[in-house]
This record gives sequence, structure tokens and C-alpha cells, in this order.
Amino acid sequence: MAETRKHGFESLQIHGGALPDSATGARQTPIYQSTGFVFKDVEHAAALFDLKEVGYIYSRLTNPTVSALQERIATLEDGIGAVCCSSGHAAQIMALFPLMQVGNNVVVSSRLYGGTVTQFSHTIKRFGWEARFVDFDDVDAIAAAVDEDTRAIFCESIANPAGHLTDIPSVAKVANQVGLPLIVDNTTATPYLCNPIEMGATLVVHSTTKYLTGNGTVTGGCVVDSGKFDWSATKKFPSLSEPEDAYHGLKFHETFGQFAFTLHGIAVGLRDLGMTMNPQAAHYTMLGIETLSLRMQRHVENAQAVAEWLQEHLAVENVSYSGLQSSSQYALQQKLYPKGAGALFSFSMKDGYDTCVRLVENLELVSHVANLGDAKTLIIHSASTTHRQLTEDQQSAAGAGPNVLRISVGIETVEDIIADLEQAIEKALM
Amino acid sequence: MLSLTTNSELKNALLEAKTIAVVGVSNNPVRASYFVVRYLHYRGYKVIPVNPAYAGQKLFGATVLASLSDIPRETKVDIVDIFRRADFVPDIVDEAIEHLLPGLKTIWMQFGIWHEEAAAKARSHGIQTVENRCPKIEYQRLFGELRKAGINTGIVSSKLPEWN
Repeated sequence: MAETRKHGFESLQIHGGALPDSATGARQTPIYQSTGFVFKDVEHAAALFDLKEVGYIYSRLTNPTVSALQERIATLEDGIGAVCCSSGHAAQIMALFPLMQVGNNVVVSSRLYGGTVTQFSHTIKRFGWEARFVDFDDVDAIAAAVDEDTRAIFCESIANPAGHLTDIPSVAKVANQVGLPLIVDNTTATPYLCNPIEMGATLVVHSTTKYLTGNGTVTGGCVVDSGKFDWSATKKFPSLSEPEDAYHGLKFHETFGQFAFTLHGIAVGLRDLGMTMNPQAAHYTMLGIETLSLRMQRHVENAQAVAEWLQEHLAVENVSYSGLQSSSQYALQQKLYPKGAGALFSFSMKDGYDTCVRLVENLELVSHVANLGDAKTLIIHSASTTHRQLTEDQQSAAGAGPNVLRISVGIETVEDIIADLEQAIEKALM
Repeated sequence: MLSLTTNSELKNALLEAKTIAVVGVSNNPVRASYFVVRYLHYRGYKVIPVNPAYAGQKLFGATVLASLSDIPRETKVDIVDIFRRADFVPDIVDEAIEHLLPGLKTIWMQFGIWHEEAAAKARSHGIQTVENRCPKIEYQRLFGELRKAGINTGIVSSKLPEWN
């Protein structure tokens, strides 16, 4: 019987969440461009508002197009459910919000996207939260940074900008020992290259803006729950385990069991923070995901070729790509990320800041853009852009020093990408 | 008879059923053994609540019975849903075989409850079994409701869904 088969990734990226439309039979998931949804009757409305039944009320909370995307991402990540939101940054807040109270902290990897470092080291302080930055290659240091006020552990699977891989199973083991949820940002790896939940993560966050959408059209984010964390085992997560006054004293975990985090994300997170994904963005992202595996295969192939070429170039000091046999992370990559090391990495030039700036300015095919995961090859000089708000120490810790360039290798003809880099390096050195 | 596991088997069991006896029902609104009953009632099932501690009380318009053997012979029960610890399951299954056949189609054990011997005995009497699943969640999963909240329903299909 077909349904007893476990469908492959390529089938699920097309069919996950996308049944024919029950109202019209439309085969592609329609864009439900409507803010409100009519109730069957007053009792139905009351049941929806009391969370006794799940349904559409208002698009700040749920929308059929967005829900289809949520189910698709949850399916690909092997999660129990997912909540989409307006950006990857929003997803980080949506992931932390149910876990953190004033005075709590999150232990985070020092290798993170610069914008996340800023969000975590400055902005979340205004919520009374603290982030503790630790080198996640040292798992003992993670455990040492945890105290009684810690509520989560956070890292990126393939860290932006240097493409450094996180040994997720080792980090998950620590999280498990200290009884805390592990949140993994899987934006740069995508569920095609990495399945954090299978490796022990509790929650997965995404900037869907990147590879999932795949062509730089819309911003979006997503939080996927594994459904495996016991929120009631301690008193540490009162938002999920204790009565919620706004819902007549309902306890999310007791009432919804493994769906608690996802339903809280909608019923409290989106309701009150309002960082909602719009249905147009969900539509573009659904279209993107249909070809995710094909694009990721080409992204990885091209990245490998570009990294190998750069490594041989005399003007290049170092290439930080775990797919290279010379990388200290090559063994880890082969073991944990066997389908490829991603397509985002950094390389350093022997000359410093000025050469990097000239290189970027002389590119003709590769674009100077503060994005990644586009079909187009994108480059950025992190020290002068995405990571410029960081201190020099933070820049170095994040792998974004003054002579470092970050490249997000696209799916163009790889010889053209290399030829463009070659001529730009030549001009930068003149 | 079958141990039900596939989507279509579970769907058929829920679609064919009209009357569900729930053993171990609670009158505490925050307990699953209350709100699952409430949901099944809301979805149009005739629910027969069973729990000796509340016998004689009313729940969703029905009188709580002390045991399955108190169900009148003329009442056809399609599903027995069990909210009791696994060690109570064999006695409940024996009682169901004694009092609810012919007619009973499915014995359903809730989340965290399974008892292989009792289930095998039920199947040998022509009763289908489901273990470690909640009929409310299965209903919500199989008939489109959980999709609305971004839950991974595991349903892949090119057919027009029967719900709206």
C-alpha cells in the first residue's frame, strides 16, 4: 500500500503539506489572500478562540497558504509541526520567546551570522534576556556556561559566514545532559544536507529567505519543533507548562502534548508578537522548496569546485570550506554532512581590507549582496558590511576578519563563476 | 482482524463508528480524558462515558456508567477507547468481549497505553485494535484540522480531500 511507504525527500519537498485544495481542487496550493475567515456559527467561533478546535480565524495567526508551507517544512525537517514568521530574525525570537523569562539566558555559539550576534548581544537584553557566547567546538565550555537561569542552547548547523560545521550530536548530548532544549539554525545547510532533529535538536529555525525560497524574492522564517522535549519535566518553562491566563488557565503542554510548542507559537507568539509571514511569501517559498534537492546538489557541486580553485590561487591565504580535504573539519563533514558541506564559505586574501574591497568592486557576474542562498552567486566583505557592528574580537570569533570574504556560491555555470573571480582578483591586485 | 496502523485503516475505523465508549473518563476539563470526550461529542459521536468514580453524573448529556457491562445490550458500541493504565487493559478487553459483541469493531488504547496480549485476544474475537494513539488527534490529523496549524500530518495525497 502506497501510504505505508516512507516517501523520499524529493517527493516530500513537492507534496508535503500540499494536498489538492479542498475548496476548489486546485492542484497548486492557492494564495489565500484573505485576512479573515468566516465561522460556521457562534459555537464554532468560540471553540476556535478557546483553542478547543484548530482552524482559521485571522491571518495574523493562521492562513491556509502559510499553513501548507509550515507543514511542508515540518515534514522535511522530520518535525512534529512548524510555525512560519516574517524573517529568520523573527524565527529566532519566536523560538526563544516561549522558553525565556526576564533574567534567563541562552548559551550560544560564537560562530553565528553577524546580525544574530547583534540581536543576541544587544537587542534581546531589552527583554531581560542574556546570550552567553561560547566556542561550540569545546563542548565542555558549553556545559560550563550553563547555569540555573539557562533555558536553551543555540547554534547554526553550518555557521555563517565561515561555513564552519557544528558537531550537532555532541552539542545535543550536552543539551540532553543539562536538560535544556537545543535550537539549531539550519538555514545554510537546509534539511537536504542536514537533519538537526535526527541528530538530537529540539527546535530548528530557518531563514526561509535563503535556500528554501532559493532565488532571493521574499523574506521569511520558520520554527520547527521536534515534539520530543518534555516542557513539564521542570518548572523552567512556565509559558508551556503553567496555566496561560489569556486562555482561561489552559496549560499548553498538558492540553496539547507534543503539539504544545507549535500551538503556543501560533496562539501566543504570532497572536501577540505579530511577526506573521504573508501568504504571498509562503507561496514563493513553497515554489522554491519544490526544487530544493536539485538546487542544493548544484550549489554544493559548484561550491566544492570554487573552493578547490580558490585554494590553489596564489593570492588566497586560506579557504574555510569543510568540503576540502585539507580542512580540519573534513572528517566531520564526511560523517555528519555526507551530501555536501553547503555552498556558503569564506576565504581570506593574503592582502588585507583594501584588496578585498577592490575584489568585490571588480566582479561582473558575482553580485555584491547581503544575502545568501540565492540561485545567483553572491559575495560580501563581512567586515565592512554584515559584521561591521561587531568588535574586532567578535569579527574574528565569527570568522569575519578584515581580509575575509564570504561567498554564497550559486547555480550558474561553474566555469563562469571561477572566471569572474579570477579577473576580479587580478584587478584587485593591480 | 487487524491492528490498525495505516492512514486509511484508521480513517475507516473513525468514519464507520457512531458510538464510542470511553473508559476512564474524567470530569476535570484540563485532563485529556475530559477534552477528548468533549471533542468526540462535538464531532457528532455518541459518547458513553465510563468511570465508577463518577457513575450517575452527567457528562455532555450522557450518564456516566460504572463499567462497560452497564451498557444496555441493545446499544451498539463501535469503539471502546481506553484511558486506563496498561495493567487494567486485559480486564477491560474481557468485559468488552463479553458484553459488547457482536457489534464492537475497535478497541482503542490511548497515548502511552499498549498491551500486546490483550490486543491479540481482542483480535482473535474479531475486534480491530489500535494502541498508543489518541482518536481525537487521529481525527484532527486525518480530516484536515491539524494541517491548519502547520502540524506534520504525514499525509501525502493527490486526491481531493473529503473535508472542507
